[in-house]
Amino acid sequence: MIRDITIGQYYPAKSILHRLDPRVKIVCTLLFLISLFLQKSVLGYVIAAVFLFGVIRLSRVPFQYIVKGLKPIIMLLMITVLFNLFLTRGGAVLFHKWIFTITELGLSTAVFMAIRLTFLIIGSSLMTFTTTPNSLTDGIEKLLYPLNKIRVPVHEIAMMMSIALRFIPILLEETDKIMKAQIARGADLESGNIIQKAKAMIPILVPLFVSAFRRANDLAMAMESRCYRGGDGRTKMKPLVYKGRDRMAYLVTVVYVIAVFAIGRYVPFHIWIF
Amino acid sequence: MSIKAEHLNYIYSLGTAYEKQALKDVSFEILQGQFVGVIGHTGSGKSTLIQHLNGLVPATSGKLYYEGKNIYDEGYDMRALRGQVGLVFQYPEHQLFEVDVLTDVCFGPKNQGLSPEECEKRAREALELVGFPEKYYKQSPFDLSGGQKRRVAIAGVLAMNPKVLVLDEPTAGLDPRGRDEILDQVAYLHRETDMTVILVSHSMEDIAKYVERIIVMNQGEKMYDGSPKEVFAHYKELEAVGLAAPQVTYILNALAEKGMNIKTDAITITEAADEIMRNFDD
Ligand SMILES: Nc1ncnc2c1ncn2[C@@H]1O[C@H](COP(=O)(O)OP(=O)(O)OP(=O)(O)O)[C@@H](O)[C@H]1O
Ligand SMILES: [Mg+2]
Repeated sequence: MIRDITIGQYYPAKSILHRLDPRVKIVCTLLFLISLFLQKSVLGYVIAAVFLFGVIRLSRVPFQYIVKGLKPIIMLLMITVLFNLFLTRGGAVLFHKWIFTITELGLSTAVFMAIRLTFLIIGSSLMTFTTTPNSLTDGIEKLLYPLNKIRVPVHEIAMMMSIALRFIPILLEETDKIMKAQIARGADLESGNIIQKAKAMIPILVPLFVSAFRRANDLAMAMESRCYRGGDGRTKMKPLVYKGRDRMAYLVTVVYVIAVFAIGRYVPFHIWIF
Repeated sequence: MSIKAEHLNYIYSLGTAYEKQALKDVSFEILQGQFVGVIGHTGSGKSTLIQHLNGLVPATSGKLYYEGKNIYDEGYDMRALRGQVGLVFQYPEHQLFEVDVLTDVCFGPKNQGLSPEECEKRAREALELVGFPEKYYKQSPFDLSGGQKRRVAIAGVLAMNPKVLVLDEPTAGLDPRGRDEILDQVAYLHRETDMTVILVSHSMEDIAKYVERIIVMNQGEKMYDGSPKEVFAHYKELEAVGLAAPQVTYILNALAEKGMNIKTDAITITEAADEIMRNFDD
């Protein structure tokens, strides 16, 4: 079911990571992703793994839960690995049969690609696991705030994002209820050919749209009756302010990035994969 | 001829951070022709429980028998079950979708494979039964008031001629007269056609007036199960879990405390009045 996909979901827990300023999490996640793509040494990946593992422990999100989130992208991962394995040529030939050739370079590229993608997905889902959609958009709004100067409607974009994010679970729940109500009246959603199936969706889509529009209308009304007029001159009830732990997080991440680069550059033992 | 639940457990969002056990080891048997009330405060699992009865929500563990057959068995005909156990949901706006009221009510019978004429006949009967005025038959169901929508939703399920009718708070949003009308019709159907009726309600007066048996839910568990007199005798315990007994129970108990020699188990106003009057007679 749609609900089983955990990428991008929030995982409620009490941890220092959950309490961090969203801006810190966004920026540090970006730095981590960049560090994955700019370094090429084995030792660098070991450090990245240690760093990631430490952050997972700090987040108090159960490890199995994170692994479960990887399931939907396993196909993507496999395809990437296979392509790299067979199509990258270079170094000694390890295996050759008919049109399939595996070279040393191909093997190492494939392995590193798999590690990279896995780390990338774990890293970014850690951000969404520990940040509610609302504070995520708050963080984005604040980070993009300078763009206001060149007339990008940052506040409006952030507001639309948070409304959209908020509505996803509501609409999922609504769909669930409507489906149940129609199945209870004998609606058959499974059998039949494509046209019959599409027709069978009408009793679900019509009430869903009606209720989505009604909700949008109600929301607009509620916002207006609270005098919402867009971003101009608007202040926050809880402005984002960096605290000690946020500076600490920046520091740790920067130290990590420097360490990874330094090792890639100065420690002689490494495998180049490009 | 019955519905029998054995050790039903249900957990929402199993295996995620939002796991929530909504039913805990619930067992009961409802015989054909019974009029059963289900009460319990908000979030106690009433809606979850009744959605098990027609197989919409499959229990996490436990067994459910309809007319002696376990509905979780491989190859059980769920669609037939849903025609037999009609379920009216708490919020009627979730099921209305057609261009007009009459066509919407026809949806259920149509799914049962009846001819268009037969569908319309059933729809008209059902709408009449719930007291929906004929002049609105061709109106869009979205233009109706909340109470009218609810009547149409109930008619939509009645039109399938179910043997068991399950109503989840059917009278929310209705005025007192509308409420009595609908419940009187349901009681009439129950009497005339031996239909089993399961009524979820927050109104103790409605429950006391119509049902012959009450199942009390509390935090996913079955707390009491018995006749209204038996259940409302526990009015102190009911209060502790956010429920109440009908108002006459309180009056009778207060009178008894003041020294009047009366029985306190009357639950409808007429019964209570008789009991008090009897006290004056002798
Ligand atoms: N779709 C769902 N996903 C997760 N949890 C749910 C879902 N539906 C209900 N619950 C939870 O299950 C519990 C029982 O809910 P249920 O709807 O059965 O209560 P209820 O007794 O019908 O309440 P009410 O009187 O308000 O209708 C509640 O704690 C609720 O939060
Ligand atoms: Mg309910």
